[in-house]
Amino acid sequence: MNVELIGIHKFFGPVHANDDIHLSIPSGTIQGILGENGAGKSTLMKVLSGFIHADQGQILLDGVEVHIHSPADAIKFGIGMLHQDPLDFPPMKVIDNFIVGSSGGNWVSRIFPDRVETLRAFTDLQKQFDFSIDPEAFIDTLTVGERQQLEILRLLWLGARVLILDEPTTGISTLQKVKLFAALRLLAEQGKTAIFVSHKLEDVEELCGRVAVLRQGKLVGEAAPPYNIDDLVKLMFGKTISIGVRQEIKPGSPIMTLHGLSIEDYRMRINATDLQVCEGEVIGLAGMEGSGQRIFLRTCAGLVRSVAGKIVVRETDLTGKNYPTFTRQGVAYVPASRMEEGLIPGLSLTEHFILAGEQKGMVVNREEATVVTKQRIVEFSIRGTPDTTVEALSGGNQQRALLALMKTPLSLILMEHPTRGLDVESAIYIWRKLKERCRQGTAILFISSDLDEILDYSDRILVFFAGKVSQPLDATQTTVEQLGQLIGGKGW
Amino acid sequence: MGSNIILIGLAGVLAAAAPVIFATIGETLTERSGVINLSVNGSILLSAMAGFATAVRTDSLLLGFLAGMAVGAGVALVVAFSSITLKQSQVAVGFVLTLMCRDLAYFLGNPVMGVSGPRVAALPIPVLSQIPIIGPLFFNQDMVTYLSYVAIFVAFIWIFKTRAGLVLQGVGERPAAAFVRGANVNRMRYFYTILGGALVGLAGPAYSLSVKAGWKGTISGLDGIGWIALALTIFGGWNPLRAALGAYLFALLQWLGLVLQPSLPNIPSQVLQVAPFPLMILTLLLVNIGNTEWVERTLAGLPEDARRFLTRILRALRTSPPASLGVPFDQE
Amino acid sequence: MLKSKSFWTNLAFQVAAVVLALLFTTLVLLLAGAPPLEAFRNILIGSFGSTTKISDVLVSWIPLMLATTGLLVTFSAGLWNIGIEGQITLGAIFSTWLLKLLQSTSLPTPLILILAILAGMLGGALWAALAGALKTFGGVNEIFGGLGLNFVATALTIWLIFGPWKRPGIGSMSGTEPFKEHLWLPLISGFRLSPWALLIAVVGVAVVYWLLQGTYFGLRLKAVGKNMRAAFMLGIPTSRYMMSAFMICGAFAGLAGAVQVTAVYHRLIPSISSGYGYLGLLVAMLANYQILLAVPVALFFAALNIGSIQLPIVLKLDSSLSGVLQGALVLFVLMMGGVRQRWQERQQKIHKA
Repeated sequence: MNVELIGIHKFFGPVHANDDIHLSIPSGTIQGILGENGAGKSTLMKVLSGFIHADQGQILLDGVEVHIHSPADAIKFGIGMLHQDPLDFPPMKVIDNFIVGSSGGNWVSRIFPDRVETLRAFTDLQKQFDFSIDPEAFIDTLTVGERQQLEILRLLWLGARVLILDEPTTGISTLQKVKLFAALRLLAEQGKTAIFVSHKLEDVEELCGRVAVLRQGKLVGEAAPPYNIDDLVKLMFGKTISIGVRQEIKPGSPIMTLHGLSIEDYRMRINATDLQVCEGEVIGLAGMEGSGQRIFLRTCAGLVRSVAGKIVVRETDLTGKNYPTFTRQGVAYVPASRMEEGLIPGLSLTEHFILAGEQKGMVVNREEATVVTKQRIVEFSIRGTPDTTVEALSGGNQQRALLALMKTPLSLILMEHPTRGLDVESAIYIWRKLKERCRQGTAILFISSDLDEILDYSDRILVFFAGKVSQPLDATQTTVEQLGQLIGGKGW
Repeated sequence: MGSNIILIGLAGVLAAAAPVIFATIGETLTERSGVINLSVNGSILLSAMAGFATAVRTDSLLLGFLAGMAVGAGVALVVAFSSITLKQSQVAVGFVLTLMCRDLAYFLGNPVMGVSGPRVAALPIPVLSQIPIIGPLFFNQDMVTYLSYVAIFVAFIWIFKTRAGLVLQGVGERPAAAFVRGANVNRMRYFYTILGGALVGLAGPAYSLSVKAGWKGTISGLDGIGWIALALTIFGGWNPLRAALGAYLFALLQWLGLVLQPSLPNIPSQVLQVAPFPLMILTLLLVNIGNTEWVERTLAGLPEDARRFLTRILRALRTSPPASLGVPFDQE
Repeated sequence: MLKSKSFWTNLAFQVAAVVLALLFTTLVLLLAGAPPLEAFRNILIGSFGSTTKISDVLVSWIPLMLATTGLLVTFSAGLWNIGIEGQITLGAIFSTWLLKLLQSTSLPTPLILILAILAGMLGGALWAALAGALKTFGGVNEIFGGLGLNFVATALTIWLIFGPWKRPGIGSMSGTEPFKEHLWLPLISGFRLSPWALLIAVVGVAVVYWLLQGTYFGLRLKAVGKNMRAAFMLGIPTSRYMMSAFMICGAFAGLAGAVQVTAVYHRLIPSISSGYGYLGLLVAMLANYQILLAVPVALFFAALNIGSIQLPIVLKLDSSLSGVLQGALVLFVLMMGGVRQRWQERQQKIHKA
């Protein structure tokens, strides 16, 4: 099916998220849409898939103008969208998840779904793509890659001829990526269209037959293979971006030592892990979501209790102690979900700094607190005033606020996904601030799904797979492919 | 001979449980769609009064039951409107309504207090009621009790076996995903809240026209049933069969309390009367305690075998609510 | 210019809510076959018609205000402390117990009364701690925990009145043996109002106002109420704060119970909490959880309660009409709040285009 976008405009308040976008995608193509976070890619795809309505412009399918009112409408037209976090039902079974949203053939199956028939269709379809998902499994036991595969199957079963994939390669293993790309190529051969939205140059370069680049809401360029990476980067960012030379910081004395640490939760077990983290070191934790890195990190902060082994922080044995004890030893934990676990909606920046600061007496001195807050705002370049409530800040500024709230000095900073959802500028700024801390002797452990981030900023890397923890890898000696393999369980 | 009395007693338990069954099944359906209807207690009182008053005035039991259902549905409509369309806190609205409906019931019911009215007649089912033991127990009841059996099974099949039921589960678990698949989330929430409310509204007359006929104002044993139904919904894991089991257990314990009272003169009557509530707290405790942080930490500190064993027990007891329960959905 | 506009808009919606509540109550009255204007008139006369009535309104305001004040602490922590009714009851029980214990001793009366009041606060705080522990350490929702404990508290009261504390002769619903007059909190002569109780209530409001607005404790409590997880990550001991909130509210509830025993009924009666706990929840909601606004709202609700005592006498109506009006007010204010939000969102959308 040919897809044509003509003159698409979309405003979110004063922000011109999509500015006069013209794009033509013939059937049988894998179209790449490149752009960094905040460029307007997601908005454009939401318009195409019926999630939001464009303020101006037209969508043509096979030359005919269509009005797509909702995502359910979109699938009727043959457009299906695969979200970065697939929209499925975690506590339900794969097969039930498949059934919801489909309609029955005859009137009986409209009321009582024909499970046998659906199972057959499911099995046949997944054989085409060499997927192997257990239909009786519960969705919350699947990995992100498998949930993606399931969603692709479901959309195809419902008749999708255009498949939009939003950042699909974040957090999946190399093997899963290989299968995904093979599936997309097969679809293209069948005459279907795939739209591959990403900020990852290598993926787009490898897979896509055409590329369109968005920057700040505008379509700034299109390209066809062979691709010139530098040109694409210039289109994406408007300038050449360099992260800077990797700074070598000499690690100092040990800050945290783990001896034979074992952690258990209802899904998996991490066995007898040893690790020593020194001053100034940055250790990246890589792995697909749910492989154990998050519970590992939380155990290092005392949020979860290990079932065996020892944790020693600066010569103090903190095994089995709780989070407040860890914080008193200079450990800080920064969660990924900023608004759910990090900041308090409804409270202003000043109030957050009062809460994070030292208590002086019983009564709060607001004037003094406001002065301190203003200093921090300048120090961390936070776009906001002392009275701004934190939910009004952008993601990047919320992350800066979280950094600003951390105490000084700290022995150990534990961060979940430090730059998730942030634009490149904010991400670079955050890491600059973190590296400053490293120079002062703080060690950092962080989780990321972005392999580039792991390789760029870590000194050593730990890979997690189904509760198994790799030996620490030297980041300077590891490649993206090797990491991807380990994440997918190969090479252990 | 003694067994006959026990059978009659147990049959009475099944009948006494009918109002609780209706209310619990209704609330289970409502909560499966993601809405909490906290007004159940007041709703039952108001519908009981309305049902009785209507039956007295029109001399028609059917109209009485319909009036009760209409009241229950009406109150639920207010809850639905306030929480779905107006996006106000479901707990706040439900709580205000439960108090207000109670006062409304007492205020409007004043004239019919103590008046005698029609009562649903027993309706033994031919053939089935002759089966030894099962017959007199299950099939020598009145229409209301038979309806309660039907409600349990229909609700179970609906939620777990039909296509619409799968969509309902989806709406409760992840409304965004259901919406993407074409479900009109908010319309479904309205539907199930009102439907659940109608069932709650059936519980009222089931009591005032069948179990304990009449309207006795503040002295009726009906105040508090709604809260028990809400707790049973949780205890039942949002599954009609398990919830019904809880309801029957609860009615059984109440009956045992009455029966055993004379043989235990030292225990004040209040203890047995109030026993359901500490029991309710205890069941909620068992259902939730596995989730608390200190329990998780303590378990981690135990030796392997003890930990595995206890975890399995706690896991079996645990129930998880539909993930979107109480959270409004912006359908834009 | 824009600020005052939103002030008038808000006011307009609040007024609309009040009008709707009155209309609703009128409908209910008509349904009961009663003359609406007569009913409202009687309520007014019943609450402000004479100095005795006004003092009765104040007598009713005191425990209501104490309960509301305590609830604002738990609301700040994001908790629905429905168990407050039982906490008032336990306060009354503890007070009665202490008075019984010391009534025949030679301790100076003021000391006995102070101890009785403190005992009441202790009783309420302990009962609240029970609900708090169930919530904090057992994961039991405080709505259900509180309700269950309410029923237990009522049963406990009935048992005491008909059992160990029954009046000589036969136990009766009129309660325990009344205390001698010297054990009463001194009243203004001719009225049932105690200036001491009034003072306690006013001081209570001031204390909680200062606590919530100006102290670290208040800010931390607010943080716990808005996002417990994040508050914990920021270093606030959330379990301790939740338990503190419960116990502070329990102490205030117990204080209300103690006042009911020492200043109003002078004995333990079956429904000593008189619904002030649930009513306090309504007051807090209607006052939008602002303590200063809660003072007049509580006064208004107390007036409605006292005023509607007339209704059974004069019009043969049940006095629960006041409950209907109170509930209707909160309901419509809640709903109008939602309507206003939707209207404002729509206005913003129009102005954008």
